[in-house]
Parts: sequence; C-alpha cells; structure tokens
Amino acid sequence: MELSIESILVLFGATLRIATPILLGALGETVIERAGILNLGIEGTLLLSSFTGFVAAQVTGSLWIGLLAAMLTGVVLCLLMGLLSVTLGVNQHVSGLGITMLATALALFWFRLQYGGGTTPPALDESFQPLQAFTGTPLEPVFSQHWLVYVALLLVPVTAWMLNRTSFGLRLRSVGENPEAADTAGVSVYRVRYEALIVGGILMGLGGAFLSLAQLGAFSHGIINGRGWVAIAIVIFGNWRPGRVLAGALLFSFVQALQLRLQASGIALPYELLLALPYLLTIVAIALVGRNVSAPAALLKPYRREG
Amino acid sequence: MAGLRIERAPSPVWVRSLIPVFSIFVTFLLVSVLIISAGASPLQAFYELLIAPLTKTSARADILMMATPLILTGVAVTVAFLGGYFNIGAEGQLFAGAIAGAWIGTLVTDLPSTAAIPLMLLGGFLAGMAWALLPALLKVYLSVDEVVTTLLLNSVMLFIVSYLLNGPWRDPVSGWPQSPTIALSGQFPVLIPRSRVHLGLLVALASAGVMWWVLARTRFGLELRAIGKNREGAQFLGIPVRSRVLMAALISGGIAGLAGVSEVGGIHYYLSSTLSNSFGYTGIIVATLGALTMPGAVLAALFLALINRGALSASRELGVPVYLADVIQATLLLVSLSFLLLNRYRIRIRR
Repeated sequence: MELSIESILVLFGATLRIATPILLGALGETVIERAGILNLGIEGTLLLSSFTGFVAAQVTGSLWIGLLAAMLTGVVLCLLMGLLSVTLGVNQHVSGLGITMLATALALFWFRLQYGGGTTPPALDESFQPLQAFTGTPLEPVFSQHWLVYVALLLVPVTAWMLNRTSFGLRLRSVGENPEAADTAGVSVYRVRYEALIVGGILMGLGGAFLSLAQLGAFSHGIINGRGWVAIAIVIFGNWRPGRVLAGALLFSFVQALQLRLQASGIALPYELLLALPYLLTIVAIALVGRNVSAPAALLKPYRREG
Repeated sequence: MAGLRIERAPSPVWVRSLIPVFSIFVTFLLVSVLIISAGASPLQAFYELLIAPLTKTSARADILMMATPLILTGVAVTVAFLGGYFNIGAEGQLFAGAIAGAWIGTLVTDLPSTAAIPLMLLGGFLAGMAWALLPALLKVYLSVDEVVTTLLLNSVMLFIVSYLLNGPWRDPVSGWPQSPTIALSGQFPVLIPRSRVHLGLLVALASAGVMWWVLARTRFGLELRAIGKNREGAQFLGIPVRSRVLMAALISGGIAGLAGVSEVGGIHYYLSSTLSNSFGYTGIIVATLGALTMPGAVLAALFLALINRGALSASRELGVPVYLADVIQATLLLVSLSFLLLNRYRIRIRR
C-alpha cells in the first residue's frame, strides 16, 4: 500500500463512514446507561430498525418515512426494555439479550415473508446520497459524506450538553447514580428512565437506518454484524462520556478502515486478528479502569420504592 | 375500593409451579399474531410445531439430535447463573471446544475410538475452561462485570475461528473455509440406527446428571447456591466466594466446550463458523426456562428442540418462515422472565 497524503485522506473518509452507525448506537447506549440501564438489546435494535427503515422506504418510496420507521422501531424496542427492566425490574442482562434475540428473529422472519428465501440482498432504487464537498480536491473523500455522518458528529456535543448542562440531563444522571436520592428530591425515577430509553431508541434507530438507507442502500441478514456489541464496548471504553465515546468509535473504525485497505491491497495479514484487537483493548481498558470508578452507580439495579 | 396490590412475598406454590404453563400459553397467544400475518392458521401452526414432530420416528430422533447442544449449553449457563455469575460467553466457549475437538480429532488417526473420543472431550472441556478463565479472573479479583467481557470474547472467538478457517486450517482438499475432516476414530458413534442421534446426547445427559449431583449433594454445590442467593451473606458465613465462583465459571466454560466437541464429533466432523446456530445464547433461554435446575434444563432443551424441529415442518406445510422458532424462543424467554417475578412478588385483590 502506498502511503500518500491522498491515501491517508481516503482512509480518514472511510473511518468517518464506518464510525457513524457505531457512534449513533453508542451515543444512544450512553444516554440509557447514564440513567442506570444496560441495554444489551442494542444489537437487535440496530438490526430491526435497519430492516423496518428499509421496508418502509421501499414500500412508501420515501426515505424520510423509512428514517421515521427506523427511529420508531428503536423507540418501541427500548420501551420494551423499559417495560422489562424498569417497570417489572427483571434482570437487565437477560432481558436485554432476550430483546436482541427477539428483534433479530423478527427481522429474519419478516425478511423471509417479504422477500422470500433469496440470497441476493434487496436494494433500494434510491438511497440517501453522499453530499458533494471539496470536489476535485484531495479533501473530497474526507468531507463528501452522507448528511447523517454530520448529524452523528453533531450529536456528540449535543448529547454531552444534554447530559451535563440541562435539567433533564441532571435528572437523568441522578436516577443513574442515586435513584433513592433522586426519588426523595421529587424526580420520578421510572419516568426519567423511560425518557432516556426513548432518546436512546431514537439514536439507535438512526444508527440502523444509516446502514440500510444511506451507506449500503440495501438490507441483508448480516448488516449489523456485531456493531451493537462494539457500541457497548465503546461506551465503557469511553467512560460513559460522549466525547470519549466519539474517540473510541473513531479509533475502532480507523482500525477497521486500515484493515479493509490492507486486505484490498493484497497484503497477506491475519486481518481477523487485527479486527479482534479493539475488543481485547476494551477488555484491558475495563480491567485497568475497574468498572467501579466511572460507571453509573445504579447501573443494572432495578429501582423499587420501599414500602 | 377494589384494586390490585403487589406485595413483596412469594406467590402461592400452585401459582409458581404453573409459571412454565402460563409462559407457554401467553407466548403462543402473542405469536399467533405473527402466524396470522404470515397467512396461516395459528391452530394448524401449533399442531405442526408441537404435535406433528412427535408423531414421526425420524422427527423424534431429530429432536434428540437438536436438543444435544442445547442441553450442554443450558447446563453450562445454569451452573454459572446459579452462582450469580452471568456467563454470556457460552457461544465463544463452545467454539473454543470445537477448535480443540477438531484439532485433536485430526491427530488421533492411530488411536481406537475408545481413546480418541475421550481425548477430544477432555481437550474441548479444557479449551472451554481456558476461554472462560480471563473473564472469571477479572470478575473475582477485580470485580469487572463478566457480562461485557464474556460477550466481547464471543466476538473475539469468531474472529479466531475465521482466521483459522481462512488461513492455516483451510481444507486443502475442498478449499472451503472449513477444517480438515477428523479421523474416523474421532467420529461419534450413532446411538439410534438410521438417525443422527449421536454419543453427544449421552455426554449431555451425563453432564446434566453429574452437575445435578454436584449441586444438590456436595458441599461445593451448597456453597455455590448460597453465593448465588446472597453473596455478602455467604462471604460472612466464611464461604470462599472467590474460589467457588471461579470454579463455577470454569466448569460452565468447560461444559460449553463439550457442546462444541459434540457438534464437531457427532454432526459435522470438521470445524466451521456455522457450527453453532447461536447455541450458546440459546443456552441462556434453556437455563431460564429450566428455572436454573438440571432436570429443568434438559426438559427446556428438549422443548426448544421440538419447536425448532416443528418450525421446519410448519415452514414446509404452511409456508410460515422457519424463523418462527427463534421468535417463539425469544418471546418465551421474555415472558417467562416476567412471570418468574411471581417467585418474589404476589398480586392480591384489595377490597
């Protein structure tokens, strides 16, 4: 692989594109976890919203309706997570995994109903196209991105502002850190947790839609391919802070982009081992940081009023 | 004024013992909507799912074959969950076992089956344990949440399998991404003639039996269950919590590894990345439905295998997508999780 400024800029462009769905999912997961809920339903939520977005866009011919359907799917699945983990207070690990299993199964079931057993993934006639920026200059591959890429990047400071600077963010963090105290102070723990799940669901829906409506313009069974689990890892790696989550997403995606590039240039490299690296790094990071330091204190704990 | 009141006390025994029945009923009610949307009659679909497979000898054998890995992963998950260790990594541990089984299986050409198969099983058990070791150590010594680490290691394991199959282990004969076929002496004998029910079923039932005995009759089992119920309390009583949880996590990984060996030795005879149809994750459903008991896990695995087999005939006869089985299993998990709250709460009518 030749190392020129151009090739590096292309690499950066690919990094941004690869990072977008993971970043959107990770931001959604951050919001939800800061309210005290570990949502392992993310993997399935990304898949099903990517699917419903695709189908809605294809049936109605409107990408915007597709986008809306994907966000709605994200919200519905996160509300189901709320029903189980907030209202009923069921074990969050198992209910989250159950939602991933359910959403995955539903996506595959409806896919088969809609498109039969074919192996070629159906594609949209028209998908969101990348914006044209800096055409004809070396910067073109970096900035000619889908508008959703820019939205995702913009959502990083927006999420940080919402969490740290708004009264909603204050309430959200308080139910994630000390629900008893929040309750005493008159904050409805259930309500705020549901609100966090709705916000998170919208973000996850956008993440799923980006893949099927913009980047690929098509849907296949393996479209998510573990991106939800990566997002979970990145939230921990990023210490539950949007800025660091962005850094984690970019780092992961850079390794991915580099790997794809090396593979394409025919260099014999055990690229699977390279791909496994970010996962191992996350485990090392969790081990070094120790999860007790900065994880929301009430994460995984269902809230029950005494009495 | 009359109303419903939820109290923090276990529901009556008759209510609790009916939890599986309630769960199955509610699940099928919910799933009926999907079956109707697929243009089929729910009653016919339920017949195909639950009754039809039991009427044919070949289908009954298929159920036993399909239940084999699920019994093993269900037992594996149960052991860990009972000790309060949420091992989500059975899928990766299964593949670790499959890698070991496939590797040893190609080395044992000169050994008789009576030596080759036990070696493969031992290797798979140890490999599953090894893959479970890191998250277990992080959990007991650094209090690192095991769910995220075991989950991430599942992805890492898939990359390792893919690396092996695309690189050093690619079958030189076919060129397919699958490992070389294991020696004849490593291939599990078939238990029922003209079926694919293999020795793995006995391994699975023996694992369930041994673990039942260990959990019910040994000091280790008693202490592990005490830890699962109340970790601080167990610590206070002087139970060595760390070593017990570590042991449970390793046994869990080892049994999941056996599931991998069983699929390699009994079904495929080589390693491939499609070896497991999410058996590790389904093990979590099996353990939950089985209420974290060994007989429960065996029954739940058989029930899920029945649904899996039934979905094949429902798909053929009624055109309902075969993924119906996955929908039912996931719904059943979520519904029964909710109903299991009746173990802790009861609903009373207040006047």
